[in-house]
Amino acid sequence: MQFDFPKWKVWLVLIVTVVGLVSAVPNFFSAETVANWPSFVPHAQLAYGLDLKGGSHLLLEADPKDVIKQKLDKMQAQVSSAMARSDPAIDVGDITEDNGTISFFVRNAKDVDRAREAAYRLTTGVGVTGQRDFNVEVRDTTRIVMKPTDAGLKDTINSTIETARSVVAKRIDPNGTKEVTVVRQGTNRILVEVPGLQDPAGLKALLGKTAKLEFKMVDETANPQQLAQGTAPPGSQILPYPTGGGLIAVNRRVAVSGDELSNATPGTGGDNNQPVVNFTFNTSGAQKFAHVTQDNVGKRFAVILDNVVLTAPVINTPILGGRGYIEGSFTPQSASDLAVQLNSGALPVALKVVEERTIGPELGVESIQKGMLAGGIAVVLLAIFMVITYFRFGVYTTISLVINALMILGVMALLNATLTLPGIAGFILTLGAAVDANVLINERIREEVKRGRRTLQAIEFGYKEATRAIFDANFTNVISAAIMFYFGTGPIRGFAVVLAIGVCTSVFCGVTLSRLMVADWFRRTRPTSINM
Amino acid sequence: MKPFKLVPDNTNIAFLSYRRLAITISSILIVGSILLVIFRGFNYGVDFAGGQSLNVKFSQPAQVEALRTQIDALGLGDASIQTFGSPKEVSIRMQLPKGGEEAASKAADAVRASVKAKYPDAVFGDVESVSGNVSQELLRSGALAVGLAMLGISVFIWFRFEWPFAVGALVALFHDVSITLGFFALTRLEFNLSVLGAILTIMGYSLNDTIIVFDRVRENLKKYRKMAIEPLLDLSVNETLARTLVTSLSLFMTLLVLLLLGPQVIFGFTAAMLLGVVVGTFSSTYIAAPILIWLKVGPDSFIPKAVAANAGAERVSREG
Repeated sequence: MQFDFPKWKVWLVLIVTVVGLVSAVPNFFSAETVANWPSFVPHAQLAYGLDLKGGSHLLLEADPKDVIKQKLDKMQAQVSSAMARSDPAIDVGDITEDNGTISFFVRNAKDVDRAREAAYRLTTGVGVTGQRDFNVEVRDTTRIVMKPTDAGLKDTINSTIETARSVVAKRIDPNGTKEVTVVRQGTNRILVEVPGLQDPAGLKALLGKTAKLEFKMVDETANPQQLAQGTAPPGSQILPYPTGGGLIAVNRRVAVSGDELSNATPGTGGDNNQPVVNFTFNTSGAQKFAHVTQDNVGKRFAVILDNVVLTAPVINTPILGGRGYIEGSFTPQSASDLAVQLNSGALPVALKVVEERTIGPELGVESIQKGMLAGGIAVVLLAIFMVITYFRFGVYTTISLVINALMILGVMALLNATLTLPGIAGFILTLGAAVDANVLINERIREEVKRGRRTLQAIEFGYKEATRAIFDANFTNVISAAIMFYFGTGPIRGFAVVLAIGVCTSVFCGVTLSRLMVADWFRRTRPTSINM
Repeated sequence: MKPFKLVPDNTNIAFLSYRRLAITISSILIVGSILLVIFRGFNYGVDFAGGQSLNVKFSQPAQVEALRTQIDALGLGDASIQTFGSPKEVSIRMQLPKGGEEAASKAADAVRASVKAKYPDAVFGDVESVSGNVSQELLRSGALAVGLAMLGISVFIWFRFEWPFAVGALVALFHDVSITLGFFALTRLEFNLSVLGAILTIMGYSLNDTIIVFDRVRENLKKYRKMAIEPLLDLSVNETLARTLVTSLSLFMTLLVLLLLGPQVIFGFTAAMLLGVVVGTFSSTYIAAPILIWLKVGPDSFIPKAVAANAGAERVSREG
């Protein structure tokens, strides 16, 4: 009999069904219960989206212009030192940044080739194509122009955002124990999701600073007029104290940078036992700090955070142990934030919050309960409708429908997919598609019986003819799910995931599994007629 | 015992004879929807309009007027304050403040701090703030998703059927999507990201329905080579009528339960879907099918394709 299944196929269908059902089981128990189960049973549970369990969602954005500006600044500094260090030194004019390019004059025409060569050596390769991150050309015989290539910019933005992402992750979750999501979105965005967090203000404060820490020597030669005019002595720059605190001139050269910290902790200290941040340098940082403090006893050094001078104490004795503390009108909270920020490292670029959503917890629980209730009632109504319409075949439809629902949950758990509110709607919708598959088959069988086909032939024909339409119809859903997943964001993606999984399971349950049940019934009873 | 039959056996309703009337009604609805969308516009949620929306639950019935004065004093622009659900729950919606990307987020913080200061026991529910750039991107990527989905699906139908079928399905889709959009412009229900998901699903459902009818048309075109197109379409619609109604009713029932008992958050979503089921079922018969008549689908259809398919099969088998 053609309609019957070969043995291996029966087993395959049963195994797939059982795996799907068993995977669904952990979803009905609490996480603690599941954790105690032996290791051979599945543990994966459905993750609930923020809209269901409450929490904060932040979308952070870096301005690509900032990243490009930094790249140009860095290159400008490198060019300057490379020209000076060339042997013999190449005499160049002002190195200017204009319109996204760096350009400078070479004063002596015979040095142009050497200057071009030196500039070229500062560029780096991008990817495997051998393309460089800057194009170097000579214009008007003595002017060298360096313009970043598109590939170079793309690569820089990409690596900058990746670094920023890992810094953000370390700041939010220093120990890696919390259930937070920090992922990249698009080219220059980072999505942060913290379940359960109800007030994201603290989180935003933590992420709002790049926290670039630098130690520089104070330039005491600058006089007040120079400070007021903003004209620093050569090799120095003028930086502000925190709001209203005036200005100070410091050396451009960084004595020790915050990158060389090994640890920072909040604490109290100083003259008035104020909140401070204690820090420890790593080995090379400690050596540099020791050198600087030995050479400059009696002079002042500035502790600079994000280009603001926090404090500029006098070096009384050389600091050899690589430890110290930073004071600067902290509150206990801001000291603790700064410690976290220093431990995570500086953000390579400033991040702005462009989207913020906070979902209250009660609302989430209420929504999920209502959604579950509505779903349950809908399934019961459907089952009644199917059974009174198709009798035995309606029972098969209902069974495959329930198995389908459980399999969707199981597959989602296996894939670590997240269930969101639109996901629940998608879930109910795919149940509708599963019903449609069964209805198509059942109606077709009815039709074939009416046309006078014998029982077996009617069933065979019903499945064969209906399956073609089911395939075509479901394939369009797969197309739209794929497009939604690819182009959609957040809730739409959640919906698309459930739709895609649901289309697969509903074709499996609606066509294959129900056919298995019908075939089994047929083999056992050899019916001569179908009552439906 | 006789099973319950929604549709009596052997119906023979001349559906297609009403096609001019149906097309007239549909055209009026489409034009009306487009006008509504242009002149009345959508009530965009913060997803698409940018700005912020905060839901607050007070311990006592909220004093909306006092709250409005307080929020206006913050100088963040016009705020729309409405109670929802119960008199204690208030939704505050504000336009996108001017100035930079993070302005929306900062304004939300300001409102939160101000309300907290005056009503310490107020509980904040959902807080959303979306910057202008992001909201425009969401809208653009949403429109792109709808457009591409329509295109991808038509190409698929073109491959599986013939080009007039793709045209018919596409016009039916356009019909369904524009009427749904018109519904949102008319009712001013909030138009947000999940509604966009609903529209994509309506497209999927409407196509599902159209394809079932088309599948039967294809089958009958091969079976009854000499039948004229109009009775053939009527026959196909009648043959699939039971299935169409059982499925539509199942979905309608499911969605109605969801609309009445389900969470408030997806009300717009479910309402759109419910409308989509009705419109989608209608358009399969009265939009998609008549187009097949006008595009001269007839006894010649599916012959060249079948030959081509056979030729292809032969080629493949020779290569294999």
